[in-house]
Amino acid sequence: MNDVVKRSAAEIARDVNAKRISARDVTEAVLARVDEVDDRLGCYLTRLHDLAREQASRVDERVAAGESLPLAGVPLAVKDNMCLSGTRTTAASKILENWIAPYTSTAVQRMLDAGAVPIGKSNLDEFAMGSSCENSALGVTRNPYDLQRVPGGSSGGSAAAVAAFEAAIGMGSDTGGSIREPGAFCNVVGFKPTYGRVSRYGLIAFASSLDQIGPLTRTVEDAALAYDAMAGHDPMDSTSIDRPVEPAAPSLREDLEGLRIGIVKEFVTAKLGAEIDALYKRAYAELAKLGAELVEVSLPTADYGLATYYLIAPAECSSNLARFDGVRYGLRVDGADVGQMYEQTRAAGFGPEVKRRILIGTYALSSGYYDAYYVKAQKARTMSAQDFKKAFEHCDLIAAPAASSPAFEFDSKSDPYSMYMMDYYTIPMSLAGLPALSVPCGYAGTPAMPMGLQLAAPLFEETRLLGAAHAYERATAYAVEGAIAV
Amino acid sequence: MTVQTRYEAVIGIECHVELKTRSKMFCACANEFGGEPNTKVCPVCLALPGALPVANAEAIRHMIRAGLAFGASIPAFSKFDRKNYFYPDMPKDYQISQYDMPLTLGGSVRYWLEDGTLKECKLTRIHLEEDTGKSIHGGGGDGRIAGSSFSLIDFNRAGVPLMECVSEPDLRSAQEAVGYLEALKRTFVQLGVSDVKMEEGSLRCDANVSIRPAGSTELGTKTEIKNMNSFRSVLRAIESEIERQIAVLESGSRIVQETRGWDEGQGVTHSMRSKEEAHDYRYFPDPDLVPIEVDAALIDELKKTIPVLPPERFARYRGYGMDPKQATQLVDNFPLADYFDACVAAGANPQASMNFVLSDLSRLANETGTPVNESAVTPEALAELVALVESKTVNSKIAKELLERMWAGEGSPKAIVEQEGLAQTSDTGEIERLIDEVLAANEKAATDYKAGKTNILGFLTGQVMKASRGKANPALVNELLRKKLE
Ligand SMILES: [Zn+2]
Repeated sequence: MNDVVKRSAAEIARDVNAKRISARDVTEAVLARVDEVDDRLGCYLTRLHDLAREQASRVDERVAAGESLPLAGVPLAVKDNMCLSGTRTTAASKILENWIAPYTSTAVQRMLDAGAVPIGKSNLDEFAMGSSCENSALGVTRNPYDLQRVPGGSSGGSAAAVAAFEAAIGMGSDTGGSIREPGAFCNVVGFKPTYGRVSRYGLIAFASSLDQIGPLTRTVEDAALAYDAMAGHDPMDSTSIDRPVEPAAPSLREDLEGLRIGIVKEFVTAKLGAEIDALYKRAYAELAKLGAELVEVSLPTADYGLATYYLIAPAECSSNLARFDGVRYGLRVDGADVGQMYEQTRAAGFGPEVKRRILIGTYALSSGYYDAYYVKAQKARTMSAQDFKKAFEHCDLIAAPAASSPAFEFDSKSDPYSMYMMDYYTIPMSLAGLPALSVPCGYAGTPAMPMGLQLAAPLFEETRLLGAAHAYERATAYAVEGAIAV
Repeated sequence: MTVQTRYEAVIGIECHVELKTRSKMFCACANEFGGEPNTKVCPVCLALPGALPVANAEAIRHMIRAGLAFGASIPAFSKFDRKNYFYPDMPKDYQISQYDMPLTLGGSVRYWLEDGTLKECKLTRIHLEEDTGKSIHGGGGDGRIAGSSFSLIDFNRAGVPLMECVSEPDLRSAQEAVGYLEALKRTFVQLGVSDVKMEEGSLRCDANVSIRPAGSTELGTKTEIKNMNSFRSVLRAIESEIERQIAVLESGSRIVQETRGWDEGQGVTHSMRSKEEAHDYRYFPDPDLVPIEVDAALIDELKKTIPVLPPERFARYRGYGMDPKQATQLVDNFPLADYFDACVAAGANPQASMNFVLSDLSRLANETGTPVNESAVTPEALAELVALVESKTVNSKIAKELLERMWAGEGSPKAIVEQEGLAQTSDTGEIERLIDEVLAANEKAATDYKAGKTNILGFLTGQVMKASRGKANPALVNELLRKKLE
């Protein structure tokens, strides 16, 4: 392995801008790494050798012309639910298995404009519905720390690619924990900005009111760099926020002096077993050691998060996924009439979890059930946001687990509910639209697998959040202790 | 009492009108009729994966102006909802529409019948939505889906902004229904919010028709009539449906609630669906779009753009003595009506200017191809001319000549009259001198008159007028001539 692949995005950009190394050389090293390990890991559904080389050359030309690019030559994994013009964009679904996107999503375009080099389209749970990548219809992604285990999901491909040095930045999307949980499972930083900070234009929708794009990186500094490049208002997305983005990279800090960090009373880590309980208690103590004042806060409705989420997200997905009907693009299974074509196309094209959520969502929106389910869930969502608002009157950040367990073995979660429980700690923040991230905080289980500490901030306080995560990362260095298996 | 007069019809109209905007409702594609199939499309209006809608502000302004024109209330808060159902020419398989919070509520449409009777029909609401594409069925089946072996879809129309106007069941006859539709049309055209071309499908309407015993206040069972492609077919379809319903009740049967299609060729309605199809559209707020907030400042701004509306004009013109047909014609020729109103505003006698506008000026416009309002004859100049006629400064013959010269760009009629001494003369001495000249030159005529050929007087009057170069007061000439000859 060429050591250049291990460099952080910040280091690569600095060196490429200083012409100490060319984007083309970085790209070749990373492509070689991909060819070396990805048959075993399965991070990428599509490798983009040609496009990567093309973009790397373009970056070198721009740098040669005197430009300084924030992500010059940084190898990028693009989750395969984001459109990148001319590339196969599948959402890991059979229904889009051979669809070539004719346009590029805003967030990806911003990364390319900043000099990032797309290495491949990374695997995910089909339509981003899942927490292990096992719902991908098009490939298996393995956890680089133990190939018998899942990388988490739904952004598992991007998380594993970053952990295995197949990219320096992975683009992920988080609806209920889909960046933070795989970040924790793969020992990388997974950052979900405030809802609306990053444009969703070109992101294949799962649940529109929750979907948010964010980075997966090996360092907090890289997460900040990626965020600075991708965030900002987009006139193509009505829900994107028209408010200036305060650059996060310059405000990374080394201590937590003066910060009050809330520990959620209702999140009883003892329920997760003695080892994990001890691990999180240690993590909280480490925050205190860095100067933070720990305060207990309450999120009385947090326990309803999962139920709320599994009404709102499926309701939106049932409508968002209607367009996959075999008429205009993607898979078509012919039938005797158009109705039969719809049925056969969707029956063959969608996997079981996607069908389950479409069914749940259709039911929740049906006449006679709408008020009892959808409307009630929206009310619960409002209450959840109010809970956080109250909690943040007493603290500046909230600390919590990023997932309920470390990465588990394939096929070990046989029922949907136990899989849904993986996102128990991340969903409340999603419902409230808050910025949140997971940062490596140690290892648990046998073999020892990475764990993530979740930090969450009030709306738009990305700078505070990344600043604190940086201090924690610098003081602990859990990310670099573990060894990947490839 | 005839069978017909024992019943009263109760009619409500639902009308879809395409808005005239530069771009489509939720994307930047041109909003234009026709063109090669699928040339006015983009990722958004084709519902490609990841594409997002952005609401067209011009369409929203059109809607508010339409509402204001009908005296509707404009709620401060409105939103878009998704109407979910599968249909091949609807790309997203849901339509973005407005369910429970439309842009305008209430209001009423004032209209008139052929005989000039003014009427009013209350509006329930006007809401904003998007149009679908068009299916063309091929391979047999004569253009119908039944029997065709394939269908082609043109998405050029998909996403065109559409307003749906729902009336209260206030209409009592087919004539009233047509009067109502004509009023909608002339208002929308005058506001510039739509071209309302039924032949291009930019106005489509359905009628809900029921009958009840005259004097009853209860509503009978209604049927919904579709497939009416012109105002004439609306008239015929509703008349035919009322007849049919009367016949059903008279035969002792009951009306079935159903949708019926108008058959233009046979002049009857046919049952399309025996029972209302149990559609559950699963409406819910579109999470891709933010709510529409309409502040008082915007309403005030838009109020200022509302012109004098057709009903006021019609009533005023009737007051000037126009018959209903003339008044309707002028009202419907908005530029000419504006011109006419400007003449009146410039002080012209309404009746006198009406004659110029409807006859001489309209003739000149037809002959030259220049619309009256774009001609060299300004409303102020016409008002001057009318004043010259009124004060008997010029007679009608000179006035017509002047008008031609004004049209040709010779400017103020008053100036022409003054410069060329064209003012009508009532100077008895002068006229008598001219009469003496004429009689001297036409001795035979004078003798013939005295011999009883009194109709020679017209010839002699003409000769005197000619001698005066048209300036002599014709009545005075006539009077003095007769005196001289007797
Ligand atoms: Zn378009």
